[in-house]
Parts: sequence; C-alpha cells; structure tokens
Amino acid sequence: MREISVNLITKEIKEMCIEANCYVSKDILDTIKEYKNKEESPIGKDILEQIQQNAEIAKNKMMPMCQDTGMAVIFCEIGQDVHITGASITDAINEGVRQGYEEGYLRKSVVKDPFFRENTKDNTPAIIHYDIVEGDKIKITVAPKGFGSENMSKIAMLKPADGIEGAKKAILNIVEQAGGNACPPMIVGVGIGGTFEKAAFLAKKALLRPVGNYSSKEYIKDMEEELLDKINKLGIGPGGLGGRTTALAVNIETYPTHIAGLPVAVNISCHATRHSTRII
Amino acid sequence: MTVEISTPLTEEKVKDLKAGDKVLLSGVLYTSRDAAHKRMVKQLEKGGELPFDVKDSVIYYVGPSPAKEGEIIGSAGPTTSYRMDPYAPYLLDRGLKGMIGKGDRSKDVIESMIKNKAVYFAAVGGAAALLADKIKKVEVIAYDDLGTEAVRKMEVKDLPVVVVIDSEGNNLYETEKNKYKII
Repeated sequence: MREISVNLITKEIKEMCIEANCYVSKDILDTIKEYKNKEESPIGKDILEQIQQNAEIAKNKMMPMCQDTGMAVIFCEIGQDVHITGASITDAINEGVRQGYEEGYLRKSVVKDPFFRENTKDNTPAIIHYDIVEGDKIKITVAPKGFGSENMSKIAMLKPADGIEGAKKAILNIVEQAGGNACPPMIVGVGIGGTFEKAAFLAKKALLRPVGNYSSKEYIKDMEEELLDKINKLGIGPGGLGGRTTALAVNIETYPTHIAGLPVAVNISCHATRHSTRII
Repeated sequence: MTVEISTPLTEEKVKDLKAGDKVLLSGVLYTSRDAAHKRMVKQLEKGGELPFDVKDSVIYYVGPSPAKEGEIIGSAGPTTSYRMDPYAPYLLDRGLKGMIGKGDRSKDVIESMIKNKAVYFAAVGGAAALLADKIKKVEVIAYDDLGTEAVRKMEVKDLPVVVVIDSEGNNLYETEKNKYKII
C-alpha cells in the first residue's frame, strides 16, 4: 500500500494545465515543419509558418497557444496498491484545474448548465476518466480539449457488413464535413468497436498518441496510413484554405464489440492537441 | 499582395477587397461571440440599441484568455464563425462591414454580405499568442458579466488576416479546396 496525498495530485494537475496550454509538443512541431516544407499552397505554407511562430511566442511568454484553453480532460490511471489520502481525489483534481487555470491566466470556458449557460468562472468541473491498473503509481494525463475541433467530432454506428471499407468511408466523410472548422491541420482520433461511449472514449484516448506512432496491429496501421493519405488529398489544407496539409496523423484504437455492431467514433483535434503526462 | 487597411471599413474600401487578399488591418474592432450576439440581436428585436455604433464597423469573433499583469490582453485568436451565422445578417443589415473569424459561413450570411457589401476575413485559428501581439488597447464596453464573451473595443495594428469571402460572394473555402484536391 503506497500512500499518496491529494495535495500532490492538485499540484501536479495545476502545473500540467499550464504546461499543456503553453508548450506545443515536439512531435507535433516536428511534423508541422516536415509538412510545411512540402506544402504546395502559398496560403497554406504561410499559415503553417504562423503556427510555428505562435508556438515560439507561447513558449517564451508562457501564454496559451490558443485562447480556447479548453475543458480540462483528465485521464487518471490509479494503481490498485495506492491509497489516496486527504480528501476526495475528484475534488483534488478539480482544485488543481481551478488553480492552474487561474495562475496560468487560462480562459474559463465552462458553463454550469448546457442550456442556461452560466460560466462556472474556474473552468471546472474537469472531465475525468479514471482507470484502475496494477501497481502503486498514479499516471495522470491532462489533455485540454478545445471545442472548435470537438464540435466537429461524430460517431457512426455502422453495421458489421459495412466492414473496413465502410469504416474508412465514414471516417473520411466526418473529416471532410469538419473542413476548416477544426483548425486543420488536424489530428484525427478514431475509436472502433466497444459500445457507443467506449468508441468515443477510445477516439479521445487515441489523440494522446505521439504523432508518427502507428498501431501495433498491421491491418490497422495500414488503415491509418491510407486514411492520412486520403485526408491530405481532400485539399482542405491549413485553416481550410486549401493545401495538402489537412491532417498530421490518424490514430485508430479498436476494442471488442457486439455481434450486431460496428461503432466508429471520430474525435477531431486541431494542431494544438495539447497533452501533458506525469507519473506520481 | 498585402494591403494595409484601417477602420472604419467604408463601402469603398470593402469593394476593393477581393477573396485571397492578404490584409494588415489596423484601427478599431469590436469583439463578440455567441452569447453577446444573442443579447445584441435580442436588444434589436425589442427595438433597442446596440452597445456600439455598428455602421462601417468590424467585429472580431474572439473570446480572449485573461491578460497577465502588465499585459493588455491574453491570447486572442479567432473562434469558429458558423456559430454566429444565425445572428450576423441582423448586424449586416444595420451596417456591419467586416467580420473576422475562421471557417466557412452559411448561404444566408454570404447573401447578406453581398446585399450589404460586407467582407469576411479569416485569422489563423490557433495563432492566438501571435495575434494578441497586434492588439494595442482593449476595454470592455458591454456585458461584463459574460467574462471572456463580453463585448470589447479593441485597437489593433497590422492584424494579419486574409479576405476569405468578399462582397461579391467569392469564397476561398470553396475555391481553394478544389485546387489541391486529388481524386
């Protein structure tokens, strides 16, 4: 039994909220540089250049790279040999978000009720996904999610007969509909299988994968490569203003599913795709 | 080709702007997103006034992050414009001449832009720290309770934007995609 105080969790979350919002991850920056060099559209190239400059300014000034500092989506893998002490872990996580969004001058973008829409003023509640794993550590990932891209995400409940081709078609269709609204170049997270909500969760988790890492399943890797190629042939381009850089990656996660189902969830993320991970 | 223009955005200036023009925009902008647009249109429907003189004005669809001590504003990139589509024609009919955001607009909005001779600019989504640097003065002028969604009067210098839909309805979101599409 290893004891971990909630105070430590609050502190780590606070720091990760700020970090994730101010530093564009290296894998994304490297990939943008690679695509900029081969982008044929002059407007597209210019936009990618602005994105790169923006990342530099954000890092140097410790400012958020995007004003939409998102809803705080948090993945918390708790080792089953951990005993959390002090207070409720959920409260501690939300306190970490509260502090991070205040001290980091991050935007408070959460409303209490989906219809009455009064701002909660502290960017809580966070969206927390807990998982119990083996061991005595807690692995926390803070992945702020902006809603320009989130709003373009969809689920297609396909039938088994639709198969791989049907899934590819559905994914391509959803990305094409997103167009410029999701601030391309995008990162496309896909969850296939499970149930309605499991597929969506997998799609979000898929966004955490470093750009350039493919699925360990050969046939899924083929799908990822083919879809990335097809998406970049749609012509949508950076900012939706035309070009060959529409997506930086397509990451597909799969899960066992029901004999009557083929859920395909697509969670679109923009070129920020922020995430920070720490292990306590 | 890059053009430098300043507000107020008169009809003459609008007519000269063509889809594809890179613009460095200076002068006064008013910020407004979903919540403020809803309130403003409600005001108009009740026969009331807008919180600013909309004639020949430019609205920037932005909800900035908070300013640090000593800074004028936090990060301030564009939000997705289609959410303001239900409201835009009301303002265009009353003299709004420019909108800055990102993403395509509805047919109704484009028709209203053609009718009212207005132009739609895109700023780079996610280049929010870079864009903030071009903002020289900010004050909240309405709906303070909306926080980031309040209406702010901003003074900008050389804000880099692109004319994506001009007053004749030419639309880069339609034309450019086809140039780079590979079937």
